[in-house]
Amino acid sequence: MTVIALRNATKRFPGTGGQPHTAVRDLTFEVAAGEFVAVVGPTGCGKSTTLSLVSGLEPASSGEVEVDGAPVRGIPDGVGYMFQADAVMPWRSVIDNVAAGPRYRGLSKAEARTRAMVWVERVGLGPFAGYYPHQLSGGMRKRVALAQTLVNEPRILLMDEPFSALDVQTRQLMQDELLRLWQGTGAAVIFVTHDLEEAIALADRVVVMTSSPATVKAIFDVPLQRPRQVEEIRMTPEFVATYREIWESLRDEVARARQEVSRVG
Amino acid sequence: MSAELTAAPAVSIPTTKKTIHRRTRLWSVRLVFVVVWLGSWELAATHWIDPFFYSKPSAIGERLAGWFTTGTAFGSVWTQLLVTLEEAVLGFVIGAVAGVVLGILLGRARFVAEVAAPFIKAANAVPRIVLASLFIIWFGLGLTSKVATAVVLVFFAVFFNAFQGAREVDRNLVDNARILGASRRQVLTSIVVPSATSWIFASLHAAFGFALIGAVVGEYAGADKGLGLLIANAQGTFDAAGIYAGMIIITVVALLAEWLLTLLENRLLRWRPPVRTSGEQRA
Repeated sequence: MTVIALRNATKRFPGTGGQPHTAVRDLTFEVAAGEFVAVVGPTGCGKSTTLSLVSGLEPASSGEVEVDGAPVRGIPDGVGYMFQADAVMPWRSVIDNVAAGPRYRGLSKAEARTRAMVWVERVGLGPFAGYYPHQLSGGMRKRVALAQTLVNEPRILLMDEPFSALDVQTRQLMQDELLRLWQGTGAAVIFVTHDLEEAIALADRVVVMTSSPATVKAIFDVPLQRPRQVEEIRMTPEFVATYREIWESLRDEVARARQEVSRVG
Repeated sequence: MSAELTAAPAVSIPTTKKTIHRRTRLWSVRLVFVVVWLGSWELAATHWIDPFFYSKPSAIGERLAGWFTTGTAFGSVWTQLLVTLEEAVLGFVIGAVAGVVLGILLGRARFVAEVAAPFIKAANAVPRIVLASLFIIWFGLGLTSKVATAVVLVFFAVFFNAFQGAREVDRNLVDNARILGASRRQVLTSIVVPSATSWIFASLHAAFGFALIGAVVGEYAGADKGLGLLIANAQGTFDAAGIYAGMIIITVVALLAEWLLTLLENRLLRWRPPVRTSGEQRA
């Protein structure tokens, strides 16, 4: 069942000097329920814009964006979004950060906390429930953000390079954690990253984007079994073969993006 | 729009055992400085300069002691102090509440803020202290005119910081809250107001000082009670020591208020790393 559908979706922003800047053009792809799709592309190509369109934070300039078969107007029901930058509230403790979603949705403080505590435990932050974000490490803050998003039990999970600021070991740990928590929820995931290894390790399908203005260049299936262990799966021949195949496609775009950057700068 | 009108939120400095040792030394040096300063003043006023114009520490001390034991020309010094405090506190509360509410609302309403910007700038450029005279014509010699002066001074100090604080809210936090299901009102109460709190507190430190200035200047311009009246009377009778004594009482009150505000701030902003704040003053 298709949950997310983009058809020729284009987003233009008012650019500097009067000319509109096209972030993404003619995006077309679909995500089914329970499917994990990774979107890769050169840095700064407009991958995040894709998520803004699906989340309803930004309306499409042209084309169609549909969630559950209905065009997106405002934030659709059942959407969770993990941002690249830290978006936890520094003035709230871990438990109250996680309880924010249920509170916004009308639960009493006690009920929201009970529900939040389950997720605080699930992401392994039980002993830190009363801590403030500034007392936590970067990886722990990401766990808070993950619990904050998942406590709403989203059917659509949008993730914008959520682990890019973490060191390699913490990142792999968080990737495993994400897969463990996602498994069995039936949520459709769009995971944006510029790290192809991360994309393959996590996803069922990988969407390769062109350099700016971004559009879909190719879509690849990832023939890897679940459940996966991200540290180990990287060594398998299937992983390496898939990596090689997708990298062939991605390489040109990365090279072109670099040329553009060196021309501008 | 108002870099010079706002005080930035306090910068955090971690405290360790080493800094405690450093602080003891800091305070001893400060103490030595005060002793040298007052001592040289006393000495100079005794031997070289005319204490009639410049007064001297011992005379000021005597005047203070006199006020607190036998009272002033207008009754007990405590009555004067309480009157001034009442005016300042009322002015502070009204001005701060109005400044916070309007600042935050305007900070979130981009279009209205753009419409209002030149008027606010103009209102801020008015030498507001002069309004004290106008308020006495409007409201008479009583409490109201002093409170009004204090409100006007406090309002703008707090307003600009609340406005700036509401504008500087992290977009990510707002988007995140909206995705999590927050309504517009919930975004305002759970994201914008807490974000602006450190900005607002930065201005509140200065604002109580302004409230005192407003009250005292209001009394100075015309009153039948208060510290401003004591100072005005001291000026009228060429009593330099009286002016200094009034200044000292006001300073002590301002420092006490600052200390109370810092306590409140530390309580409300527990979520921040430990901070050492320094109040900024602008008269």
